[in-house]
Amino acid sequence: MPNHKGRRAFVKQGGLLSTGIIAAPMMSQANYFSGADDVIKIALIGCGGRGTGAALQALQSKQRVKLVAMADAFKDRLDSCYKNITSEDLSDAGTKGSVKAMVDVPEERKFVGFDAYLKAIPLSDVVILATPPGFRPIHFEEAVNQGKHIFMEKPVATDPEGVKKVLAAAAVAKTKKLNVVVGLQRHYQNSYRELFKRKDLIGDITSAQAWWNNDGVWVNPRKPEQTEMEYQMRNWYYFNWLCGDHITEQHIHNIDVINWFKGSYPVKAQGFGGREVRKGKDHGEIFDHHFVEFHYADGSILNSQCRHIPKTSAKVDELIMGTKGKIFCGAANIRDHKGTILYQFDKKQENDPYQNEHVELFAAIAKGEYKFADAENGAKSTLTSILGRMATYSGQVVEWDKALNSGLNLQPEKYAWDAMPKTLPDENGRYKVAVPGVTKFY
Amino acid sequence: MIPESNQSIKMIGLQGGSFTMGSNTSLNQHEKPTRQVQVSPFSIGVYEITHDQFDIFFKDEEISQGSKADAITRPTPQYIDLSWNMGKEGGFPANSMSVDAAMMFCRWLYHKTGKFFRLPTEAEWEYACRAGTQTAYFYGDGPEKLGQYAWYKLNSQEKYQKVGMKKPNPWGLYDMMGNVAEWTMDQYDQEYLKKTLTNEKDKIILPVSRYPRSIRGGSYMDDAKKLRSFSRQFSETSWNKRDPQLPKSRWWLTDGMFVGFRIVCPANQPTQEEAEKLYKLYLGN
Repeated sequence: MPNHKGRRAFVKQGGLLSTGIIAAPMMSQANYFSGADDVIKIALIGCGGRGTGAALQALQSKQRVKLVAMADAFKDRLDSCYKNITSEDLSDAGTKGSVKAMVDVPEERKFVGFDAYLKAIPLSDVVILATPPGFRPIHFEEAVNQGKHIFMEKPVATDPEGVKKVLAAAAVAKTKKLNVVVGLQRHYQNSYRELFKRKDLIGDITSAQAWWNNDGVWVNPRKPEQTEMEYQMRNWYYFNWLCGDHITEQHIHNIDVINWFKGSYPVKAQGFGGREVRKGKDHGEIFDHHFVEFHYADGSILNSQCRHIPKTSAKVDELIMGTKGKIFCGAANIRDHKGTILYQFDKKQENDPYQNEHVELFAAIAKGEYKFADAENGAKSTLTSILGRMATYSGQVVEWDKALNSGLNLQPEKYAWDAMPKTLPDENGRYKVAVPGVTKFY
Repeated sequence: MIPESNQSIKMIGLQGGSFTMGSNTSLNQHEKPTRQVQVSPFSIGVYEITHDQFDIFFKDEEISQGSKADAITRPTPQYIDLSWNMGKEGGFPANSMSVDAAMMFCRWLYHKTGKFFRLPTEAEWEYACRAGTQTAYFYGDGPEKLGQYAWYKLNSQEKYQKVGMKKPNPWGLYDMMGNVAEWTMDQYDQEYLKKTLTNEKDKIILPVSRYPRSIRGGSYMDDAKKLRSFSRQFSETSWNKRDPQLPKSRWWLTDGMFVGFRIVCPANQPTQEEAEKLYKLYLGN
């Protein structure tokens, strides 16, 4: 990073570490590196499979980078992440040889527990936030307060109060010129970018379809030795304070594409959903299907469907309809209403969007450039998906402003292993599931 | 017949024999020189394994899913739909699976039926595809008639198609060329033919690493020359580039939508011990 600007503000990390005292760097202008050498230091917050993958992508961003700190609620997750990332042979991951030389995380920089992020963030120039999404708002807020560049996974919150926190921190990040990339990777994917450039071929967008229909995801069954908090953390997909339901956790990708192409966010949503087969003891409180009609201010409508039901037809895609034609995102082409192809993206030109997120982010950081401010859109697309969930849970028409200001906060009073989440099982180990017509948000 | 299902896998028995593998005229050094090789008798699937067939295994709730401990385990769920809307029910070829998932299907089938199944070796695959012919394609040397026999770049519209819609090869095998490319048992060796001895019998290059493995037949995405009987391709890590996790999925390929498989059943069946040893070599336990 020969030419980056602003090497004025350093903190001497060695001294801090040897005494074990962690202090937030006192920096007003934050897009400067806190290290005394030219290497960009990375802290990984959230060491699951995705966090490990994101760390590897950051290390392969072709800049001078080093992973210096890791944080996770669970020691076993952190340890397996460390083992994977320091493996001698990453050839399965498409990496030639090893990235071990770029991993400098001794035991004293491996932090475990709910507060681990507070210790890891100060040691870095860039943080990767990849825990379950419920924690994203406080992690993002902290990273912004400490003036770090940020890669954070989607969704960026699970409830409207979390979205508000992210929106507020996003505004601060802008004033501090912190680069923020959100893992809505279609924005970093060649085919989507090429389609977006040509979206005017279909005229004005009048409606859209979005799908994430497939079998569903993993389950981590309860173990007798677990506290309620540990159980929910291990089986996080099934609890809304952590996951946000699959409409938020996964389907956000497709909903976000429509917001992006539309250039705006819905003003209201209505729809229905429920759980038809996701009824086991370890299925927490989330639904297995949602079908939502999102209304934009100009009257155009997004029909969005997501389903996690095994043995049903699978489809993950987006289709955007305009006055002059249609954009088929999965097929990566644009057609007129007669079906004639107006544009076809050459799929051989497709990139790895996950890798590209990091290539572009770290290139900007290395050059001292301020290029990425994804947090606001990340928060608003997250809120769109939450709007959908509030609509399917309540069966009511849910308006954007009312949802955002509903005060809905799913987070526990305290993050600790002996603390209690707000959602608790009944005597049969079952959790309360939303009932349309009964469940109310405002 | 797959037990407890309405699906059957049609197989044709092939006498073993000797044939000329490879090509002296190929521009690809990996496909030359020709070698006379021998294969023992085996039967081979008339069609590529379909989604309907694969899903009986994938959705068999009697076995664990994604277990590291169990010898037979099912692939974990797909994070996204890896058929990419090309079609599932009604005879479309199964796709996007790793070679582990394909081998696990064979192992599952062995336990269901008591018959030993596996993927073909490269030599068996080429023997079956050539069906006694010496030409570049089993019907002749030029690509002009290829569309009668194969789904490939020029006629597929970027999608795989239902199996068995085109003309078969002289031995009655469908879609050997094109549609989905097919996994074989072999680690890919650039010098396979150079290192092959004259009249070498039942050659197989056992795997030492996950990539590259040998793929045959070309796919719906390939141009004509990749569909020739001697054409060789190999798996690459980029076939899973859009799996954002580490470790990456053992079972699925995010960018290998063009690969599938067909199965073989050697006439000389191994003992149970030998069979399990081979599965273990490929699957780890």
